[in-house]
Amino acid sequence: MKHLRGGGFALVPAVFVGVFFAYPIATLLARGLGIDASRLFDVVTGTRFLKTIWFTTWQAFASTMLTALVAMPLTWAVANRSFRGRRVARVLVTVPFVLPTIVVAGAFIAVMDSVGLEAGALRSRHTIWAILAAHVFFNIAVFVRTVGGFWTQLDRRPEEAARTLGASPLRTFREVTLPRLWPSIAAALTVVFLFCFTSFAIILRLGGLGRASIETEIFRYAISLNDISTAAALSMVQMVAVVALVGLNGWLQGRLKGRQGLVVDRGLPSTSARQRISLGVIVFGTAVLLAVPLVVLIERSFSHGDGYSFGNYAALTDRVRLLPISALRALGNSLTFAVAAAGIALLIGGLASLAIVHGSRGVSRLLDLGMLLPLGTSAVTLGFGVLIALDRGVLDLRGSWWIVPITQSLIAIPFVVRGVVPVLRAIDPKLRDAASTLGASPLVVRREIDLRIGSRALANGVGFAFAISLGEFGATSFVGRQPDTLTVPLAINRLLATPGDLLRGQAMALSVILMIVTTLVVLIGDRLHPSSGGML
Amino acid sequence: MKKNTRIARILTAILALSLIAAACGGSDDTAELEIGSASTETTTANTDEPTAAPVQVSADEPDAPVIGFADEGCPTLTLATYDSFVVSEGLFKIFTDDTCIEVEQVAAGDAGQLVSSSILTKDNPTADVMFGIDNTFLQRGLDADLFLPYESALLASVDSVLQLDPEFRVTPMDYSDVCVNYWIDALPGAVPTTLDDLVDPVNEGQFVTENPETSSPGFAFLLATIAAYGEDGWEDYWRALVDNGLAVTPGWSEAYYGEFIAGGGDRSIVTSYASSPPAEVIFADPPVDSAPSGVLFDSCFRQVEFAGILAGTEFPSSSQQLIDFMLSAEFQEDIPLNMFVYPANGNAELPPEFVEYGVLADNPATLEPSEIEANRQDWIERWTEIVLG
Repeated sequence: MKHLRGGGFALVPAVFVGVFFAYPIATLLARGLGIDASRLFDVVTGTRFLKTIWFTTWQAFASTMLTALVAMPLTWAVANRSFRGRRVARVLVTVPFVLPTIVVAGAFIAVMDSVGLEAGALRSRHTIWAILAAHVFFNIAVFVRTVGGFWTQLDRRPEEAARTLGASPLRTFREVTLPRLWPSIAAALTVVFLFCFTSFAIILRLGGLGRASIETEIFRYAISLNDISTAAALSMVQMVAVVALVGLNGWLQGRLKGRQGLVVDRGLPSTSARQRISLGVIVFGTAVLLAVPLVVLIERSFSHGDGYSFGNYAALTDRVRLLPISALRALGNSLTFAVAAAGIALLIGGLASLAIVHGSRGVSRLLDLGMLLPLGTSAVTLGFGVLIALDRGVLDLRGSWWIVPITQSLIAIPFVVRGVVPVLRAIDPKLRDAASTLGASPLVVRREIDLRIGSRALANGVGFAFAISLGEFGATSFVGRQPDTLTVPLAINRLLATPGDLLRGQAMALSVILMIVTTLVVLIGDRLHPSSGGML
Repeated sequence: MKKNTRIARILTAILALSLIAAACGGSDDTAELEIGSASTETTTANTDEPTAAPVQVSADEPDAPVIGFADEGCPTLTLATYDSFVVSEGLFKIFTDDTCIEVEQVAAGDAGQLVSSSILTKDNPTADVMFGIDNTFLQRGLDADLFLPYESALLASVDSVLQLDPEFRVTPMDYSDVCVNYWIDALPGAVPTTLDDLVDPVNEGQFVTENPETSSPGFAFLLATIAAYGEDGWEDYWRALVDNGLAVTPGWSEAYYGEFIAGGGDRSIVTSYASSPPAEVIFADPPVDSAPSGVLFDSCFRQVEFAGILAGTEFPSSSQQLIDFMLSAEFQEDIPLNMFVYPANGNAELPPEFVEYGVLADNPATLEPSEIEANRQDWIERWTEIVLG
């Protein structure tokens, strides 16, 4: 089987990740670990540290499992049934993803208050359930869009055959569909796990006190205690965990490799009346879960004075004295960064996916890991690494405009890769062979087969990249930035840091605008997709 | 297959190169893989300029000629600040028009991040001047030799109480008090006037504060209690607070907007700033006539923010002019309504809202920066055991 210049695609992504990720991280680790090894040993073997690792791991695991559980019904509905509002459902699910965590935390707290969970001491409110719920809220999008997209393209004939042979729907799902879906599910869950593993703001704000994750500890050591060496050591632990997880995932995927037979378009059966009821329940139920915090947000953005009005939105066009630029300009900045980051993610992620699928095992594994690592790395480490590594000559990007979209794209690329690779891998090689036999050159095969079948997943991933960049806060605040490149999440954070109902109302209004913009972008992206023509 | 093994080798080589570059680049500035630049680096700082003696500027006004250094032309200075640093548009342009020095800003997170990243990049700093190191982090910056000393003539207008460094390595820029605030209409009993009132049973379950480890006002309040009750007494005070229904949040906004009345919560007492009541008036919605909240003066801890010339700068003389400008009345008067703190320059006029609604403690608590730095970790650990343990 000819691997048509597969490895060649790997060069550009490898250089990108090498220069903007591996080099800064390695520099920081080298600097950090060189300083005080004995203190390091004390920290790493201490009980607090072990408790932290344990907590971080199990809450990430629980969040991931819960996300899969909650997202699966909606994913099934969106991928297998055509119903009114299907497209909207798929787009709406992405909205939580783009919101800054400080806003979501506030909305969650408000919801919990109104439902009566706030009484008593603080700790009864800040339970692990708040953290899990917030994680699910954020990550439903990853699961629904990644697995949903893959499922939409899955050839239904094996299922139909099983049903004809008398298998019940549940059995068909369990024994036929699930194994075929598994690569996509595993890919989505890996990303969700990493996201929850390195979650910072949610655990800090919703978890209350005494709940430390590795990420919050890294922050604590690096900033509060100015102890770079311990922070560097914790970063290494975090990365080791990521590598182990990715290795595990790769092993699991290897065991279930198979031809899933993807097609570009697949007709969806219409729904009977009875099915419509169960469908309605699923979609409505999930929608309510997602919608409640969002509705609270919207309600707060309109509350102005004693009643409701557009006052907060109108105020956004002027510069609030607290911000260096007007909120509208911040929105412009965010959008520009998002376009740049999405573009980078498209290019690098696309090339990397091709290299992973068509390259040799070594190249494939290495690149896959390299792409995924930034997601599992602390924003503190990344930011500080950039500060001390990219500081000379051509590479002195500190304080430059480009360092922001570049660091944002590092986090977004795994989403692209993890969405596209399972799709490409599932293409029946006979399809490519047939094209070659008919005279197509390797490049034409790539374009006509890989690109066309993979393009939906690619568009999906790029949509994610855009959303991630819009809502990104951590890495953006750690790399030095010109003040007039203020982004919306930073502006919201600033507005919420000073007393005054006016400012809070504006922060809420800004969040709602962010939600609307994301929704529009994702909607447009979905429509632009070549094979959409009425389908998702 | 051969092609791909070659590719694999190239990739491994790139990774290995990165690691080597890191190892070499991390030690001193003899990095073997310097990409591109000629070495006009400023890392070999201070070979010509004396660092021991502070440089005197013999001028009465900020735009008089500076004596002592070679002319630096019309450079562009970079000012490193925290994210929430804001000045009115056109303010730095006035400086540029006077001196032909351009000012670019770089924002680096909050004050703690600013100091940490400056220490990290000491050998090759991203900026020439830093604005925003405060008294709780001051010793850390001084111990790391971050700054070039400079004694501005305008320090004559600054209260000596704010001039915390006798060697003039940093210049005071603004100050505020972290104080306990209370919502006047929601108090269950009499208005609290001392720290002891917070442990009074009548105020049970009313007080919320922030975790000193993750919050700057939370840490300042802890310091206030240490200053008030001493090394021997502060732990008992906190035990009493806990027994009286204390709530603790990770950060200021969860406390103020989450638990405090202002944000819809049910607690009437919170650790915040002396400038919070004026802000409640200025940003009130609907507008109000008087401040809805008040300040517990006994609990105030003075926070002072400084600016300093970073030791690796190429333009020490121009940086001095920038410091002078930032200490001038014109710049200082811009600070209050943009950053909600009080100007260090005593000659700067306060905006009317600050005069009418603003409050400052006459006798706020303070602690020596060196003491803060030396005991910080210990104090926080003991606090954590008492309150969260």
